[in-house]
Amino acid sequence: MATKDYVLSLVERAERGDRRALGRLLTILEDVSSETAWVLEYLAGRSRGAHVIGVTGIPGSGKSSLISRMIRVLRDKGYRVAVITIDPTSPLSSGAILGDRLRMQEHATDPGVFIRSVTTAGALGGLSLSALAMIEAFDALGYDKVIVETVGVGQSETHVMHAADTIVVVTMPGAGDDVQALKAGVLEIGDIYVVNKSDKPEASKTYEYMLFVAEKGEIGRSGAWKPVVVKTSSTLGMGIRELVEAVEKHLEYLRNSGEKLSRLSSRRRLLVKLLAEKIVLDLLDKVAEEELAKTHEGLEGFYKRAIEIARTTGEKLLNLKIQ
Amino acid sequence: MSMERTLNHHTTRRKVKVLVAKIGLDGHDRGAKVIARALRDAGFEVVYTGLRQTVEQVVAAAIQEDVDIIGVNQHEGSHIYIARKLVEKLREYGADDIPVVMGGSIPVVDVDVLKSIGVKEVFLPGTPIREIVDKLMKLAEERRRTGRV
Repeated sequence: MATKDYVLSLVERAERGDRRALGRLLTILEDVSSETAWVLEYLAGRSRGAHVIGVTGIPGSGKSSLISRMIRVLRDKGYRVAVITIDPTSPLSSGAILGDRLRMQEHATDPGVFIRSVTTAGALGGLSLSALAMIEAFDALGYDKVIVETVGVGQSETHVMHAADTIVVVTMPGAGDDVQALKAGVLEIGDIYVVNKSDKPEASKTYEYMLFVAEKGEIGRSGAWKPVVVKTSSTLGMGIRELVEAVEKHLEYLRNSGEKLSRLSSRRRLLVKLLAEKIVLDLLDKVAEEELAKTHEGLEGFYKRAIEIARTTGEKLLNLKIQ
Repeated sequence: MSMERTLNHHTTRRKVKVLVAKIGLDGHDRGAKVIARALRDAGFEVVYTGLRQTVEQVVAAAIQEDVDIIGVNQHEGSHIYIARKLVEKLREYGADDIPVVMGGSIPVVDVDVLKSIGVKEVFLPGTPIREIVDKLMKLAEERRRTGRV
């Protein structure tokens, strides 16, 4: 469907500022297959060293509004900004409502801002692969800051976060004083911690608590960087400049320490691994489908049949040549 | 067979992506939210851009999200003016292959006017959700067959 010439023309048009072409290119990257994998290599080869900022945190902590505020400050500094927002698909219905964008619509017509929403189900090739592919596209097209927003639950989103240069973890008053919640999962990998909604009561308490665990070194990625805690209020526009300064300072740290390069190479390693997984899975699917077609209908002996299919599929896969 | 295809996520096609928009000063978004929710339940991906958007904002969002359809919900009587501006802007940005549908408090006599402007479907109050879903599905399929960016 997506021929090489067509995809190349999309990249070329996107480079000239054609936003329709970029929108379509991102759609193709939502479902990278072995036929389109070359696009990733092409884009990665044109990387311009974008600063990838992951923003994560519990639902309702105000991530989208905060990002919208950050965009304004980043634009004032002259940066071109891309945003990838990831919304979970309802497990009950297969559809999804993408509402993050709503909070950032004031930037929709700004030619220096590009916002794209993805659902966990819409990312057919696996969420991490789609998001990583989109990061490569924005990087190649010269966006200075690529912000990735996730709700921060689930393995694939942790993956995405690990691909970021700078991780911002957002919490809010009344939600951050639970040690257990902080210690588990994505919340412990931040470089910058934000206590949003600081116009609310108990904000100082949450802030003090975050400061305490940050100083103790209980949270934050390893390295010489000491996690920074910032108090913000998206509603009042408070603390946004401080937050952006902290993000910039972290980038400076990454550059000076040489970690920026190692972050890029770990992002690329992850991309290669996920792509390999996708290609193997696609092949596996194809062969398994063929094997399934050979089996008889009926429920009896399905376990035995599953083992049989797994065995023959594996054998066939080993004999397949990947071009 | 169709069951197998939906279960097998490596071969499933991308879901239909719809932008639900409210343009201008109209502040009644109950209907838009009901539609957004119903479309989600029907398996659509729904981008809702919220209240009081400009035509430019809606077109920009549709382009960035690469949606299959733009659905506009109006309740304050400016539907003809808005439809005209929207279709014009889409053409200006080379995005007029994205079909526009409208719904809300729209007098029956305006349906033909809207269609002559280029609105593909108009859903009047009381239209069954099922009918909306079916028509949107058809529009999306048609665009994917013929439309090319």
